[in-house]
Amino acid sequence: MDNEYYEPGGGNIADAGHQYARQIGRTRVVGQKERRVDARPLVTGAPVYAAEYEQPNMLHARILHSPHAHANILHIDTSKANALPGVRAVLTHEDLPRVAHSTAGQPYPETSPYDAYLLDRRVRYVGDWVAFVAADTPAIAEEALSMIAVEYEVLPAVFDPLEAMREGAPQLHDPDTTHPISGQHFGDIYDAAHNLAAHEEIHHGDFAATMREADIVVEGEYRVPFISHAVLEPHVCVAYLDGYDRLIVVSSTQVPYHTRRQLAAVLQLPISRIRVVKPRVGGGFGSKQEMVLEPVAAALALNTRQPVRIEYSRQEEFTAGRFRHPMIIRMRSGVKRDGTLLALSMHSIGNAGAYGTHSFTVTRSTGHKTLCLYRAKAYAFRADAAYTNLPITGAMRGYGAPQGFFALESHIDEIAHRLNMDPLEFRRKNHVQKGDWDPMEMVEEDGVWRSKRQFRSCGLPQCLERGSAAFGWGKPFDRGDGKPFRRGRGMATAMQGSGVASFELGGASIKLNEDGSFNVMTGATDIGQGSDTILAQIAAEALGVDMGKIIMHSVDTDSSVFDYGSYASSTTYISGGGVKVAADRVRKQVLDVAGDLLDCSPEDMSIVDSVIYTPRGPSHLTVADIASETLYGKHRQQIMAKGDFWTDDSPAPFFAQFVEVEVDTETGRVRVTRAVNALDLGKAINPTLASGQVEGAVAMALGYALSEEVKFDEQGRVRNAGFADYKVMSTLDMPEMTTILIEDTEYSGPFGAKSAGEVPTNGMAPAVANAIQDALGVRIRSLPITPEKILQALDEL
Amino acid sequence: MPELEIVLTVNGRAVRWHLEPGETLLEALHAHHLKGTKLICGTGDCCGCGVMLNGNSINACCMLAAQAEDGDLLTVEGLAQNGKLHPIQEAFAQEGAAQCGYCTPGFIMRAYAFLQEHPHPDEAEVRAALAGNICRCTGYVKPVAAVLRAAELMQEQ
Repeated sequence: MDNEYYEPGGGNIADAGHQYARQIGRTRVVGQKERRVDARPLVTGAPVYAAEYEQPNMLHARILHSPHAHANILHIDTSKANALPGVRAVLTHEDLPRVAHSTAGQPYPETSPYDAYLLDRRVRYVGDWVAFVAADTPAIAEEALSMIAVEYEVLPAVFDPLEAMREGAPQLHDPDTTHPISGQHFGDIYDAAHNLAAHEEIHHGDFAATMREADIVVEGEYRVPFISHAVLEPHVCVAYLDGYDRLIVVSSTQVPYHTRRQLAAVLQLPISRIRVVKPRVGGGFGSKQEMVLEPVAAALALNTRQPVRIEYSRQEEFTAGRFRHPMIIRMRSGVKRDGTLLALSMHSIGNAGAYGTHSFTVTRSTGHKTLCLYRAKAYAFRADAAYTNLPITGAMRGYGAPQGFFALESHIDEIAHRLNMDPLEFRRKNHVQKGDWDPMEMVEEDGVWRSKRQFRSCGLPQCLERGSAAFGWGKPFDRGDGKPFRRGRGMATAMQGSGVASFELGGASIKLNEDGSFNVMTGATDIGQGSDTILAQIAAEALGVDMGKIIMHSVDTDSSVFDYGSYASSTTYISGGGVKVAADRVRKQVLDVAGDLLDCSPEDMSIVDSVIYTPRGPSHLTVADIASETLYGKHRQQIMAKGDFWTDDSPAPFFAQFVEVEVDTETGRVRVTRAVNALDLGKAINPTLASGQVEGAVAMALGYALSEEVKFDEQGRVRNAGFADYKVMSTLDMPEMTTILIEDTEYSGPFGAKSAGEVPTNGMAPAVANAIQDALGVRIRSLPITPEKILQALDEL
Repeated sequence: MPELEIVLTVNGRAVRWHLEPGETLLEALHAHHLKGTKLICGTGDCCGCGVMLNGNSINACCMLAAQAEDGDLLTVEGLAQNGKLHPIQEAFAQEGAAQCGYCTPGFIMRAYAFLQEHPHPDEAEVRAALAGNICRCTGYVKPVAAVLRAAELMQEQ
């Protein structure tokens, strides 16, 4: 952990010919380890989170959850609860409009089925919502929950996705998903009769014919578990009506604008009547790329006309929050004896839980974001997402890719072993190269198939070279004697995107103040990843000022530019791209006025540390002088501009993970003792924040590898709803860690940046499985790799 | 319902709190607008609600507020003096140890207790001291570095 390899501008800058090329590598603010703009409130415990927001006469809401995995609600009697002193409202499905929608925080129209209702006559998992209560205190609200009498007709339930897809399985949803506003059918469930929330197939080349050319065919089935984001700030929001009768929702969300639109649909209000404010967010990891509690607080606030606060308990986060899709993934590939990969196939079956939020895109990403890591003549990918009577799986950091990479990178290791090849050499021989086109992004135009995505930057060779060197890959090490320890080494590689190609919009508006400072009002949501700091650095760099001159504003849908939100590794690349456009425009406005005052062409001028420069050198004017001139002098105007960014592209960051494990052959316990993480992120706008993203993602992935799994009993109830029984990594579980940042410039990104937040989540689990194979000679194909699985595998040797 | 009244010192000031029966120390802090101490698990499994009571590091979610009667309570809000950050806070800011920040007050208060007794810790001691604090963002690399840095800063003072 003490060696942080970092070389500013160490990427491939020789690929010139782009407008930013000359700026990259000689920046003043970008690339620096600037302190976070929000460091002070975070370390002082300032009340900056949604959880801490207060209003006079604020009520406290609680939700009645279903005790059954599948049931019809025959009757609800709320009279006793309503009569309890201090109770202000009890709402059931009879009190609310029945509006089919998806809670997925995706652009309109969402690519998720419209299978959810705020409250329904039917409940589909243990924890599903039955009724909402608002009361003067949390204790009264909780007491009221126990006084609601519900008569259920219990229905047969199904928990296994393979069983759910069979004929005759209990059917969770009716195929009635007509959108209430447009009347369109875009929110259709793929095949409600077979509980298929989503289905996707991607083919490239002639898979069957190519497999016939193969010398060796390798197959394997891999399983990944149901896990929780275990986000530390639970879902929480406060909703109230302001003096103008508008609905204000202060929420811990990654997607303020999508939430505003979905709230309007579900509550049948005009968008103009809703304002969503995102204060500080205490972590998201995808769990808040969803509308979750906002409509509950809003419906109760509209009903009572008092402010309403609702916060999930830890128990509720673990039973009625959002989770990562568990999957069964089957791999089948063909290779030549010389180690040339010919054909690659994957079939993933995801468990969508009770509602299909994000199911199509997550299960699609399991192949779409992973198989393109390798060159092959043919690819075949199929994904199914099945409804079951379990809690809702949705978006989680990596978005289907951690599942896919566990299967793919375990499978690649198995292929290399079959060929007696070093897994690193096999990867070097077959991985994607700069300039390649994405085989998963084929489109047909005039009868000709072509790819629409090119990998113009690719630092994977450097990740492998510098990562393996720092790790000592191929060097001898103490393998242990099995009394009781054995040690082994493994590796994995990975990639991701930067935003969702064609489905993004983000940016900021920037306004000059009279002291030469700038308000940057961004639509991007800082959820802890540090986007406020990153975007401030991009703005400061482009404006030619230092960080002290930038004032960041969190999202308020009344005043921020439209932004799709923080997900899919999009904030630096997409929102940062928009911030740079805005800052370039503002700088031009400043220089236009300065040029007039100095009788110089604006194109020949620049701003450095807030001083206006002409070709003769520094002038006597500063940005503050220009502000004063425009606000009080002869060039009177408000200097201000907006910038936004969207693209058909989604450049890929690349990642290589190297680990050493120590296995106790008596207890089955696995410890990762050392990890080298090498990330190509295009450009580290802030190396401290970038390495922090890598370290955190690797730690989260270590939990995925070794310990994390939400367990259910035979009735579909969560058995380990809390940190005592759901084990996330602690300081003592962490390996000695080295993080290497590689900068292979991405010329379409702001100052050459791609992304960093998700891709490091992809490597740890397969690298650990591969290292265990190296240590013990056994292959574990299901996560988490618990001591029981190790001992069972050793028994079967 | 019977109301309970206690007197204690919070961040150096004497206060009088009216408590609900069964109110935890964490609930009482929040009721008195001291929200830096976070509710994360509510079961004592994450140390996110760490405070100092009478010089001892405790989890405020697992203690009844009434038990703090006549006590001397220090929370994260009480560390900075006259707007100047405490060296532990300064170190967490310098090292980029706070990402989402929700666990940060708990880490800082745990570090405060630990560094009182171990002014010259090594990394293994810091890791052991923070073993009960859950963070989901950082992988603990920077929080551990921040506590080691804080020890240096406190020596310089």
